[in-house]
Amino acid sequence: MKSSFRIRAVAFVASAAVLALTACSAGSSTSGGGSGSSPGGDQKLSIGLVAEPASLDFTTTDGAAIPQALLGNVYETLVKQDDSGKIVPSLAKSWTVSPDRKTYTFDLVDNAKFTNGKQFTANDAVFSINRVKTAWTISLKAAMDVVASSKALSPTQLQVTLAKPSNDWLFRMTTRIGAMFSESGVSALATDPVGTGPFKFSKWNRGDSIVMVRNDDYWGSKPFFQQITLKYFKDATALNNALLTSTINVIGTVQAPEALSQFTSNDKYQVIEGTTNGEVLLSFNNSRPVFKDLRTRQAIRMAIDHKALLDTCWAGRGKLIGSMVPPTDPWYEDLTGVAPFDLAKAKSLLQASGAAGKTLRLRLPTLPYATSCGQVVKSMLEQAGLKVQIDQLEFPAAWLTTVFKNADYDMSIIAHVEPRDLGAVFNAKYYTRYDDPTLQGYLAAADSGDEAAQVDNMKKAARRLSEQAAGDWLFLLPNLIVADKNIKGLPTNAITENFDLSKLAR
Amino acid sequence: MILRLIERTGVFLVSLAVSSVLVFAFMAVLPGDPARVALGVNASDQAVAELRQQFGLDRPLPTQYFDWLGGLLHGDLGTSYVSKVAIGPQVFDRLQVTLWLVVAGMIIALVVAVPAGTLMAARHRKLSGLALSAVSQVGVAVPAFLAGILLIVVFAVKLGWLPANGWTPPAQDPGMFLKQLILPALALGLVQGAVLTRYVRSAVLDVLREDYLRTARAKGLRPFQALWRHGLRNAAVPVVTVLGLQLATLLIGAVVVERVFVIPGLGSLLLDGVSNRDLLLVQDVVMVLVLAVLLVNFIVDLLYVALDPRLRTAS
Repeated sequence: MKSSFRIRAVAFVASAAVLALTACSAGSSTSGGGSGSSPGGDQKLSIGLVAEPASLDFTTTDGAAIPQALLGNVYETLVKQDDSGKIVPSLAKSWTVSPDRKTYTFDLVDNAKFTNGKQFTANDAVFSINRVKTAWTISLKAAMDVVASSKALSPTQLQVTLAKPSNDWLFRMTTRIGAMFSESGVSALATDPVGTGPFKFSKWNRGDSIVMVRNDDYWGSKPFFQQITLKYFKDATALNNALLTSTINVIGTVQAPEALSQFTSNDKYQVIEGTTNGEVLLSFNNSRPVFKDLRTRQAIRMAIDHKALLDTCWAGRGKLIGSMVPPTDPWYEDLTGVAPFDLAKAKSLLQASGAAGKTLRLRLPTLPYATSCGQVVKSMLEQAGLKVQIDQLEFPAAWLTTVFKNADYDMSIIAHVEPRDLGAVFNAKYYTRYDDPTLQGYLAAADSGDEAAQVDNMKKAARRLSEQAAGDWLFLLPNLIVADKNIKGLPTNAITENFDLSKLAR
Repeated sequence: MILRLIERTGVFLVSLAVSSVLVFAFMAVLPGDPARVALGVNASDQAVAELRQQFGLDRPLPTQYFDWLGGLLHGDLGTSYVSKVAIGPQVFDRLQVTLWLVVAGMIIALVVAVPAGTLMAARHRKLSGLALSAVSQVGVAVPAFLAGILLIVVFAVKLGWLPANGWTPPAQDPGMFLKQLILPALALGLVQGAVLTRYVRSAVLDVLREDYLRTARAKGLRPFQALWRHGLRNAAVPVVTVLGLQLATLLIGAVVVERVFVIPGLGSLLLDGVSNRDLLLVQDVVMVLVLAVLLVNFIVDLLYVALDPRLRTAS
């Protein structure tokens, strides 16, 4: 059963901004390095990141920065994703699923302790699961709606019953939704997080950095570094300069891929390039009359030369994808051939649908990739016979209200960085206003079926989206990390919500 | 004298009250909903409405305004929408950082401007004066953030003499504090110094043409002695005015320079607050900046009187 989830998710937020749209943070490690090996004495490490959390409480404040820092490091989940994306034990040693796929029984570790000194038991797990429904406010809490009941069978045994079978639920338990809290440790979540993880929260210098120290009472293998500082930079150049002048040891997310050459040409540094879950989507407002016609949507996809676009606006870093699935998901297929670049065909489709000469409003968030790719999209679409009017909306606030909530737009560009977000992004209630019963049928079958049925139906869903041209997938954001040469344990792909600090070593 | 003091105090208080209305009104019309930003992309309208109620954003604007004002008068800046911690201590912490920067920048500006401006005036017909004048013109044209980037590239990245960015409180490590302070203070101070130099030059030039200075020379004082004993105090009046205005510019300039040098001061707090739509925090920070600027102007007004006895008798 466990193997049915072969997902990988990860990634860390690939762009400063992406963050409010959720995100995922690095997790899986490839080079292994110091994972679990003998701790490196009192060695310290400093990592440069782009988005400082607004609060430390991810139960009431959305945004990728909080789980990026805390999940897996301070808080732990019952199950987590391993380097290959498989769901593996964490605070749960093992689990079984009933034949009707609705009841999960978890056997918990008996030696985990919260940093407030309290033992971790099944009662804490029940408390944490119930609390998602009662006290959380962020929208992601909906992932817990499927839980009908949870109870502690013994201090180390937890039983969770679902209202209906759901493959997605166990996967979501690897994300922040599954974080385990202590009943006596939730009074000051915004400033004083209490978890069972390999690191303890130590200090937050607002506007500057978060300091974590090794949890010497950690129940698992102890991390290498005694202290890790997450330093936050608003400005990509400042972040690069900090590494060049040894203020930090690692750039966790490179913000300006065009500036990478100063590191690739210097053998003091290593550059890691992998994939994320961040699909950069040219979204269509499918409720607008102009987008009701399949030919118009297809024409837009065919008018865009994706390779040229990636080279121009993101220095050629990233991967071309033809649908809403990153290559690390088990149902990934290369769908870039569904709507290949064909300007002549795009022109004739636009003529046929009557959209030629119409003006479309491309409302861009003020994010680096959106701003630079927006200009390229505009010029490519205008060559095919559309008129494109660009306006910029401040991200997150103005963009969220105008495009996201009110759907007052024709097209926009944003990276959707949540793992497995195909179903969330393409439905009638979301800002894409994409109402497609066929797609919903595939998604429902995928969630309730067994592993094979899930993969099969998710593949159908991804293909359906691509063929129906529900949007256009410009590219997948790359995971780009630059670090001092001797740092080990950095993740190649960034497919989970957290930046796993416990595997780092020198 | 007393009348003037009362008049100035009145102007100060009225300006403060008008500013508070403007700041509040501006926040109220700013697009973007703090509750929606906090709850994220998929939040239901109901959840957003509940949070708005929790923030008190559903109350009538006048009620919100007077509550805020009442809090301010009691020294209570409220609680941040986003971080859920008291705003007062945060603003106080960040203000200390920014003040170091502003004071250091001001000192550098003065150290550059007073000698350079005086020299330029004294030698305004000579080549050295003209050359200095040209250099100061270039300085005036360079914005502080650009100066900052150039300083970083040269002194941090290329030469490696000083850190490129960051901040250490003086109590924690005085050496590191100074190292990290030098470049941002130079970025602020040199540019302001260039502007100030122009004013010092013209003020000293005016004074040099005065009859009393000629009289001082006639009774046997050397040019420099005459200027030192009789000229500088007179030249100081217009310079102090400009200095007051410049303090305000420095405070605003610090907002940008803090960003370039990754310094957790008031400026970065303000920018973060704007992007998170932490409106109460933004309102508070802007009011603190407004208060600082008005206070400086108030003090400058009083300083005139101290510097220039004629103003005392005039009232």
